[in-house]
Amino acid sequence: MATTNAGRLARRLAVDKTIKLVSTLLATIALVLLAMILWALFFNGVRALGPHVFLNDTFGRPNGLANAIVGSLIQVGFATVIALPVGVLAGTLLADLGKSSKLGETVRFVNDVLLSAPSILIGLFVYTLIVLPMGRFSGWAGVAALAIVMLPVIVRSTEDMLRLVPVQLREAAYALGASRWTVTRSVLWRAARAGILTGLLLAIARAAGETAPLLFTAFGNPQTSFDLNQPMATLPVQIFNLTLSADADSIALAWAGALIITVGVLALNITSRLLISLGQRK
Amino acid sequence: MFFKRMTATVAATLFAAAFALPAKAQGVEFTGAGATFPAPVYTAWAQAYRQATNNTLNYQAIGSGGGINQIQNRTVDFGASDAPVPSQRLTQQRLVQFPAVIGAVVPIINLEGVAKNQLRLTGDVMAEIYLGTIRTWNDPKITALNPGLALPNLAIQPIYRSDASGTTFVFTTYLAESNATWRAEVAAATSVQWKAGAGARGNDGVAGAVRNTRGAIGYVEYAFAAENNLATTQLRNVGGRFVEATIANFQAAAAAADWENSQDLAASMINRAGENSWPIVSPTYILMPRDPRDPARAKAVLDFFAWAFTPAGDRLAEQLHYIPLPDAVVRRVKAAWPQIVTPQGQPLWTN
Amino acid sequence: MTVLSSADSAPGASSGRLQASIRRGVLIDTIFGAALWAAGGLVLVILGTMIILLAYDGWPALRHFGMAFYTTATWNPVTERFGAMSMLYGTLVTSLIAVVIAVPVSFGIAFFLTEVCPQAFRRPIGVTIQLLAAVPSIIYGMWGALVVAPFIAAWLQQPLISGFGWIPLFGGPANQFSMFTAGLILALMILPFITAMFVETLESVPPMLAESAYGVGATTWEVFRNVRIPYGRTAMVGAGMLGLGRALGETMAVTFVIGNANRISASIFQPGSSIASVIANEFGEAEIGSLKLYSLLQLGFALFVISFIVLAVSRRLVRSRLD
Repeated sequence: MATTNAGRLARRLAVDKTIKLVSTLLATIALVLLAMILWALFFNGVRALGPHVFLNDTFGRPNGLANAIVGSLIQVGFATVIALPVGVLAGTLLADLGKSSKLGETVRFVNDVLLSAPSILIGLFVYTLIVLPMGRFSGWAGVAALAIVMLPVIVRSTEDMLRLVPVQLREAAYALGASRWTVTRSVLWRAARAGILTGLLLAIARAAGETAPLLFTAFGNPQTSFDLNQPMATLPVQIFNLTLSADADSIALAWAGALIITVGVLALNITSRLLISLGQRK
Repeated sequence: MFFKRMTATVAATLFAAAFALPAKAQGVEFTGAGATFPAPVYTAWAQAYRQATNNTLNYQAIGSGGGINQIQNRTVDFGASDAPVPSQRLTQQRLVQFPAVIGAVVPIINLEGVAKNQLRLTGDVMAEIYLGTIRTWNDPKITALNPGLALPNLAIQPIYRSDASGTTFVFTTYLAESNATWRAEVAAATSVQWKAGAGARGNDGVAGAVRNTRGAIGYVEYAFAAENNLATTQLRNVGGRFVEATIANFQAAAAAADWENSQDLAASMINRAGENSWPIVSPTYILMPRDPRDPARAKAVLDFFAWAFTPAGDRLAEQLHYIPLPDAVVRRVKAAWPQIVTPQGQPLWTN
Repeated sequence: MTVLSSADSAPGASSGRLQASIRRGVLIDTIFGAALWAAGGLVLVILGTMIILLAYDGWPALRHFGMAFYTTATWNPVTERFGAMSMLYGTLVTSLIAVVIAVPVSFGIAFFLTEVCPQAFRRPIGVTIQLLAAVPSIIYGMWGALVVAPFIAAWLQQPLISGFGWIPLFGGPANQFSMFTAGLILALMILPFITAMFVETLESVPPMLAESAYGVGATTWEVFRNVRIPYGRTAMVGAGMLGLGRALGETMAVTFVIGNANRISASIFQPGSSIASVIANEFGEAEIGSLKLYSLLQLGFALFVISFIVLAVSRRLVRSRLD
């Protein structure tokens, strides 16, 4: 009896040890692989960086990404202007309605569907809605697609953040006779300001990296353009086209573009994290 | 990229243009869209032309299918397509068609130990490779054509265009003329149902995929092979001779085209007779409305191509490895232009 | 806070002003309420029109081909015969490869992070993984195409083919553009995402439960398996499904490496295509009013339905924990 018990314990410990080892190994491999992505990105990206990347267009000499950077900034900017108010309002509505409301639950579900729907479908949608009637690809179509990408992120984070505002604050304001608008603006939004900003940054980060919804909407343009009625370049789409090419210079430029996007997206994410942790400390 | 040489050619003039522009009057801006195969030469012409006249062409390389689509919807001033549009459709859509420049399609390979223009292939063998019936490089049908070459027992990785493309139309036309199975089961079109291999986007994408894949074979417009320094092959022409992928051999095929009996200026240059004729050569076409909505812009398009057909335009085309239209053909093209009229019925172009 | 300030004034004059102020407050509130509902309604309208447009625009394909559209693998632009089978197959195969690889590995990393890893490293590694989940998919696709694909063909596919080549699923030759490559890139892409959700779930297990199990002499693994996993199982399955949902609809990471071949191959080492990749490749040039355009839109609708189902199920599983 004693020996079998000891044997069982030894086996259990051995199993425990093996699994710990395997998990450590898996984690190491995965982290190494993921680190390799970042390494390849920095190694190849930094080598290709230079002033021409920011100053020249696709047909510049040497080729640059100015048209794409300008296009991305313009389109993400306009998309933010559209998605921010709508998203904050819809998120406020959901927070007001609470969990018990059937309608609120429907809007929340629909928002989650939009949040996770394949982004290329947003491209198809905007194509049939805007590109076909307009008769051409355009910066506005790109703006619309990016706004739809951003909207659900803002709605979701606004709702989550408003829910964190203590009920007492809201009740106290109402008890003083303040209107709904005043309570929302001066109490709820003010209290959740950092959280809403966080959501906005994450939404911008997501929009800045999206490629698929722009393929058939903003399309691309070899020259820097400020006319939203014409096709407009974006950084991700330009990277997509450059990566597919056979020539080393284009691929190097694609790495530079990828580095720019990744640094931007990660910076936005890290800032939003700092905002959250600052908020928690306070 | 492929535009390197082009930019080299026009960089200096562009530089001058950048400073000269504000002084000049605002020129006409006109738009075209379509084929990617001639996009580099259209862009080079556009840049040099703007310098010369201050008129600006905005050309969007969206593929031949897109070009036909856009000109039918009249959202552009001209459409560009590598595949000629059938006469009936031209009449129905009230379009005029004319060739703009000539290019060649060449096979490219990635095979260690096999140099440029060393491997010999035939249309029939190429068709079998893309049908998936020839699977390795040391297949008897390939070694029989290449007695001197030691070919490895390596799987062939055929690469094709995943987007609808004029290059594919020209290439599959050649395969269909060379192989009965291909003609019956796959046929010739801008996009077909491929039986073997992997797809890549654009001429650039095919060149890149072939460069990165051991044992790959692909087909691209010659300029893309030349610019990226990829290994081209020899092909057997209808005369039974193996010819190399060179400009001179492309010109031989272009010269052998039968313009006399062509309809809507669409003359096939595939499998033309002639000792040195490269078998896969094709013109690329421009489509314009007979009754343009904006005659001033349509006139600007005609002026642009008239300029492109001058020796200055020819030189740019040659530098980018295209073949300029022969003078006799240019005369035919210009003879077709008076069909394009203003709303009052006045021809926009008089010779 | 106009209501409060007006209370300081003389009673007679203030009652009129108070009423005016209340009326204005009511008016503002009505407008504000309407704005809230308009914004919420817009979310519904966007998804609604998206479904309707995709269903409507794709309908001609279904009317022309009937249900055969979903049961044939032909995709022939020349004869204008289009069927969705090969794309459905490619979408499912690549997503399954991704999930089959990513879920166990995420599981292992989650175990490592919550049980094995020294406390000091947990947060940095956890944050790194969360940040990697935010890297745009095009970066994964680009890295996959330029760095990983040739490597996989030589060092992963070739040995597998030598060992298991007799099984059609692993038949040769090795090919850097293949469903296997696409699945692997997808796995790497959804790995940080799934891991982050696993860790979050496991950390939400009440410490009391784990401590009592340790108290009766259970090993770390036993506590993990018998206490933590059962507690978080539903949410973890949900997380896995969310990962599946991402893989199913991913465009960029797949388009680069899948090989864009619209046919069904038994071997996962052969090129294929997914719904998203075929739309990305062929939608741009499909002529307006052509059967090809309708077929691509019908494919888009199918992708929407598939992701909708996966999402609805995973959301039930994940939200049930959150609420």
